[in-house]
Amino acid sequence: MHSFESKNKSTELKENLIKGALITASVISILTTFGILFSILFEAIAFFELRSFWYFLTGTEWSPGIAGSKFGAIPIFAGTMMITFIAMFVAIPIGLGSAVFMSEYASHETRSYLKPMLEVLAGIPTVVYGFFAAITVAPLIVKAASAIGLEATFNSALASGVVMGIMIIPVISSLSDDVIKAVPDSQRKASLGLGMTQGETIKNIVLPSALPGIISACILGFSKAIGETMIVVMAAGLRPNLSWNPLEDMTTVTVTIVNSLVGDFEFNSPETLSAFALGLMLFVVTLILNIISLSLIRKFKEKYKVNTL
Amino acid sequence: MIKRKNKNKNNPFYDPTLSKRHRSSKRFKRFTLASLLFSIAFLAFFLFDIIGKGSPAFEQAYVNVEVTYNEASMKSYRKAIDRKYNNIVSRAWLRTLPMEMKKNPELMGTKVKMWVLADDQVDQYLKGHYYKLKRKDRVLIDDMKETGDVELKFNKIFFLNGDSKTPEFAGLNSAIIGSILTLIITMLVAFPIGVMTAVYLEEFADDNKFTQTIEVNINNLAAIPSILFGLLGLAIFINLFGMPRSSPLVGGLTLALMTLPIIIVSSRAALRAVPDSIRQAAYGLGLTKIEVTRDHVLPLAFPGILTGSIIGLAQAMGETAPLIIIGMIAFIPDSPESIFQAATVMPAQLFTWAGMPERMYIEKTAAGIMVLLTILISLNALAIYLRKKYEVKW
Repeated sequence: MHSFESKNKSTELKENLIKGALITASVISILTTFGILFSILFEAIAFFELRSFWYFLTGTEWSPGIAGSKFGAIPIFAGTMMITFIAMFVAIPIGLGSAVFMSEYASHETRSYLKPMLEVLAGIPTVVYGFFAAITVAPLIVKAASAIGLEATFNSALASGVVMGIMIIPVISSLSDDVIKAVPDSQRKASLGLGMTQGETIKNIVLPSALPGIISACILGFSKAIGETMIVVMAAGLRPNLSWNPLEDMTTVTVTIVNSLVGDFEFNSPETLSAFALGLMLFVVTLILNIISLSLIRKFKEKYKVNTL
Repeated sequence: MIKRKNKNKNNPFYDPTLSKRHRSSKRFKRFTLASLLFSIAFLAFFLFDIIGKGSPAFEQAYVNVEVTYNEASMKSYRKAIDRKYNNIVSRAWLRTLPMEMKKNPELMGTKVKMWVLADDQVDQYLKGHYYKLKRKDRVLIDDMKETGDVELKFNKIFFLNGDSKTPEFAGLNSAIIGSILTLIITMLVAFPIGVMTAVYLEEFADDNKFTQTIEVNINNLAAIPSILFGLLGLAIFINLFGMPRSSPLVGGLTLALMTLPIIIVSSRAALRAVPDSIRQAAYGLGLTKIEVTRDHVLPLAFPGILTGSIIGLAQAMGETAPLIIIGMIAFIPDSPESIFQAATVMPAQLFTWAGMPERMYIEKTAAGIMVLLTILISLNALAIYLRKKYEVKW
């Protein structure tokens, strides 16, 4: 009896130790998030002590490294938005169309071939997409533009935008496909029973039901596009350029971050610290987009009681 | 035809817009199919393009010339070959000659006719690409081609050498070793922490504020742009803890934090798939919670956990942006011997090559992409195979 109890006590201690280790491991994810936030925040504050925060948000001239360097980020934000919108213009219709075909039209067997094929697109490293955009797509766009009498640069926003869009297709199609499949079949049958064609059922019943999830997928793609680095570093320009023409070169937030950190400036110079100010913007924007996207998916889950998303 | 129209008119359910609606329905289906086909066509075009650009790099031009080992060529390596070959033999290869003579003194005073590495311009000329060869060198090459003294051979250098500023001498070796070291660190850190977190959240934690915070955090971590992990690595590991810049240690830790959410999410799914009856049977035999988890639940969930970890590893392997931020794009000709030395990884090496002005680096980059994609696709195939093999239907 006695030995049994003492064994119990030592097991209990051991179990508590293991449980403590498990909790410690779980806390690391929180530490990482805060680590990212604080490491960026402190350096960004150091930057804003040197340069005005308002000029950073509203200024239209970004000229680091030159005497009297200026840090107005509007042209960089504009370039990011331009490339992101081109990417979404490619990714949303194609991603959504693929998702609808796979979940509504394709047979189970075809789907089991098609889905992994799209996933291959997601598994290609972004540095590879960047190389492809710079070496193959950009010259094609220059040629195509000159054929119709326009002039494009080899670092055009269009080249990196289009390739980035293709990279994002699986992000959108895979989540949309799950959401569309989660819409209950009774809704489709009711609609078909009332005499709607299959296309009408999908457009008027299925897609609106899946809308929160689809929007969530698009927002996720959008946030991926904003934060994407390698494609734009390799294929987009370095020059902050405030323009509406997608055939011109533009730069983005991530390109500017990389540029200011691989340069020869000292770590405490405003040139280097500006990377952290831009990083802070990127963190805040992607975090907000992510929170919106997650809450939309949660709403969809509650409505249709799906657990698999 | 007219008859049919009349028939339709008599039908009280006839909808004159019906055929239009059917057409629109078909159009919609065609649109969805077209968008899917576009993605697949892009993939095909992409692979075709990369293979077309990259496969020439697996062959390399060699020339059969006489090499003189003597005092003069020891002092000035250019004297080792006849002057007329000066522009067609790789200078990077010539530079290794004095070293070789020091290592093998018995070579001194001999003349050997052997296949030596050709200059990158000769290589490009033979492959029909853009080249910058002088007329007399071109004539020389053409003559040598007729006597069989110039040849394209399998490019061993690409796999055996590290990076070089001379394109024909550059290889992937140091980047591959750098990648392996970095990924070992990544897995050693991310795998235990990820699995432990998943076990805690699935098997032990109650649903309270603390676990909800962890869960929201993991979701957010998965959506944070990778470049921000680079900023974290730079600010914390390098500037705060003073770890060596450009080292596999910092790169591995940074990638580990990025890979963590993938491992946690897939491990949780694997744990959730183990049915409760297993746990209850084990409890019924008097096991404690830890014992149930360690001896019964975890082994059953292990194939799923492994699959997720391999996929996470493959993603970490292709990641470049955070590694650029922490300096892993430095010029590293020698492969690293420890995790504290400066190193480069495969994607970073490709990025460096893609930015080089010489034409030959384009084909080296594309060939490197072929190697990288082959590894990534094999890793993913392995994950699918493991999942299929150990899949249990409960």
